[in-house]
Amino acid sequence: MINLLAAILSAGMRSGTSLLFATVGEIHAERAGVLNLGVEGMMLMGAMTGYGVTHLTGSPWLGLIGGMLAGGSLALLHGFASLVLRADQVVSGLALTFLGSGLSAVLGAPLVEIRQVPRLPTWTIPVLSDIPFLGPVLFDHSAVVFLGYLLIPLTWYFIYRTRPGLELRAIGENPAAADAQGIRVMRLRILHVTYGGLLAGIGGATLSLAVTPTWIDNLTAGQGWIAVGLVIFAGWDPVRAALGSYLFGALRRLPLDLQNFSYFKSNPALGHFTNMLPYLATILMLLFASSALLRRKFGAPAALGTPYVREGKGG
Amino acid sequence: MATQSASRRWSLPQIALEPRTQQSWSVNAGLTLGLLLLALALGGIVILLAGGNPFVVYRNMLVAAFGTKWGISDTLVKSTPLILATLGVSLAFRMRLWNIGAEGQLLLGALCTTGVALHVVTPETPGVLAILLMALAGFAGGAAWGFVPGWFKAQFGVNEIISSLMLNYVAQSLLNFFVFGPWSERGFGQTPMFPRNSWMPRLTDFADTFPIVRGMTVHGGLLLALLAFAILFVVVRSSKFGFEITLAGDNPEAARYAGIHLRRLTIYIMTLSGGLAGLAGMSEVAGVSHRLINSVSPGYGFTAIIVAWLARLDPLGALWVAFLFGGLLVGADEISSAGIAQLMQGIILFVMVSGGLLLRYRIRFHGTGAKATGIEA
Repeated sequence: MINLLAAILSAGMRSGTSLLFATVGEIHAERAGVLNLGVEGMMLMGAMTGYGVTHLTGSPWLGLIGGMLAGGSLALLHGFASLVLRADQVVSGLALTFLGSGLSAVLGAPLVEIRQVPRLPTWTIPVLSDIPFLGPVLFDHSAVVFLGYLLIPLTWYFIYRTRPGLELRAIGENPAAADAQGIRVMRLRILHVTYGGLLAGIGGATLSLAVTPTWIDNLTAGQGWIAVGLVIFAGWDPVRAALGSYLFGALRRLPLDLQNFSYFKSNPALGHFTNMLPYLATILMLLFASSALLRRKFGAPAALGTPYVREGKGG
Repeated sequence: MATQSASRRWSLPQIALEPRTQQSWSVNAGLTLGLLLLALALGGIVILLAGGNPFVVYRNMLVAAFGTKWGISDTLVKSTPLILATLGVSLAFRMRLWNIGAEGQLLLGALCTTGVALHVVTPETPGVLAILLMALAGFAGGAAWGFVPGWFKAQFGVNEIISSLMLNYVAQSLLNFFVFGPWSERGFGQTPMFPRNSWMPRLTDFADTFPIVRGMTVHGGLLLALLAFAILFVVVRSSKFGFEITLAGDNPEAARYAGIHLRRLTIYIMTLSGGLAGLAGMSEVAGVSHRLINSVSPGYGFTAIIVAWLARLDPLGALWVAFLFGGLLVGADEISSAGIAQLMQGIILFVMVSGGLLLRYRIRFHGTGAKATGIEA
């Protein structure tokens, strides 16, 4: 039983890592005041590109970088459309999701036939991985899981303890004041949105190179949207985002793990209901997070979703 | 002055935007056409990259969708659920409620319709009554699926974008449970055929009297869609309710002062929006497949979002854009690539949304812009 729990949690850490990258990326974009609903599309492009580049070059690391760049390019498009061209951020983000799923389906069609590409290496940390229970759960994983471990404290430090982090928060809370301080609002916003896309791309490539190493249409199955929900749940905080990501990673695995139980084996129809779990849990999570936000009157960056236009521009 | 600020920073091209004071019909039409051509060109590049010949692909799609009377009939068949779902999402979008759960609402509508067709309708039920009951069930199923995110939004402030989207996946799982489980025909992902009296009539059914319509599969769902259009057209353009929706979307504060109960309106609109998508699901199972299939919708609910936006949330525009996108779906079927349809939809929406700026503003590059402000100063 304890072994089974360890196995579920370990798989959850792995599948939660792709959520983690996407969620932290979206935190950057939203902290900068830009809502990017294209996470699902960026993840899909990241997953497809990661798989394709790995197939062509034989190197999963190049694949990861390719996936990252694919996600970043899409995010740059969103930044350009919503910030420079002042398109509606909700619609532009939705368009990005459509674009990403369509593009990955068309360009990835030949990749569906390819059953296997090299995976990212698995690292087993000496000594630490021998700790009972925690060892296999935390320290015996695909390399990208460890990258995720690094990302959490680095992002926390960046946002709360550095000058550029302060500027990031400023342009999302009060862009006019930030502008008056000489911060280049538009440029920083585009940078953070693009960075968010790079991370979403890594998240997608994590899926196709480590979690479910394959490429099929719509591989992400809504994970990009779950990431958008997790940002709200996390209150735009990277540490809470990590907890949420790993939790939902485990939840996403649960339907697969439950199939091993004899009760579920003899009632295969239950599988349709266990499949609903991550999505229902996302709604529940939002229900709790939103009522908590209402109570505390604290939450989204104040300028989230609104374009910043400097008064009297053009002179 | 101009040279000084032009060399100041790299961050942005120095452009000035002047709001277009009057909307000119010809400029609008020209820009829209130009953007559409740009989208087609971008799509062509992707087709080229994927190893196809864009001219051949586009020509085949065009001929399949609009080249023959059967093609146009097929296009109308695909437009039917699009019109219904688009009317639904436009209604919500007008209030700036981002219902992107039309796909799930459509599936629930199809599911409830199927329940009635298989378990309530008997071979003796009069056809009109059977269709009416199924339409009610379809509307109710979609409405329930729209009510939930509406209620959560109004009561707890839950972001309706994510909750309505998550319900899409729940709906698909629920539908899978029924078509693979209790209602399955021999374990395949489909139910048995509905009794004949619950089929909506098709044009081709009248081929004995009017031979010209032989093979045309346009069905009664189109009438349902046009009826819904007519009602919404009147409601949106000229009723107090329509005004309240628009006001609540444009300026919630003003709406509150005007005595509009925003929470209640949110729930009403989301429910109604879901109900219309539910009718789209009803129309698909009762008019096209005559049974429930696990893949009943190729993403009509998502396409409807794009159609709604391109039609600028206007019911009349929805009809035209839905017809064009119906053609896109038929064309994509012809070259058997669902990906192409998705891709083109994404590109078209993206180009149109980005290009919307051109419709609203006149762009002046720096030199002329400075002159304009110089006069002011």
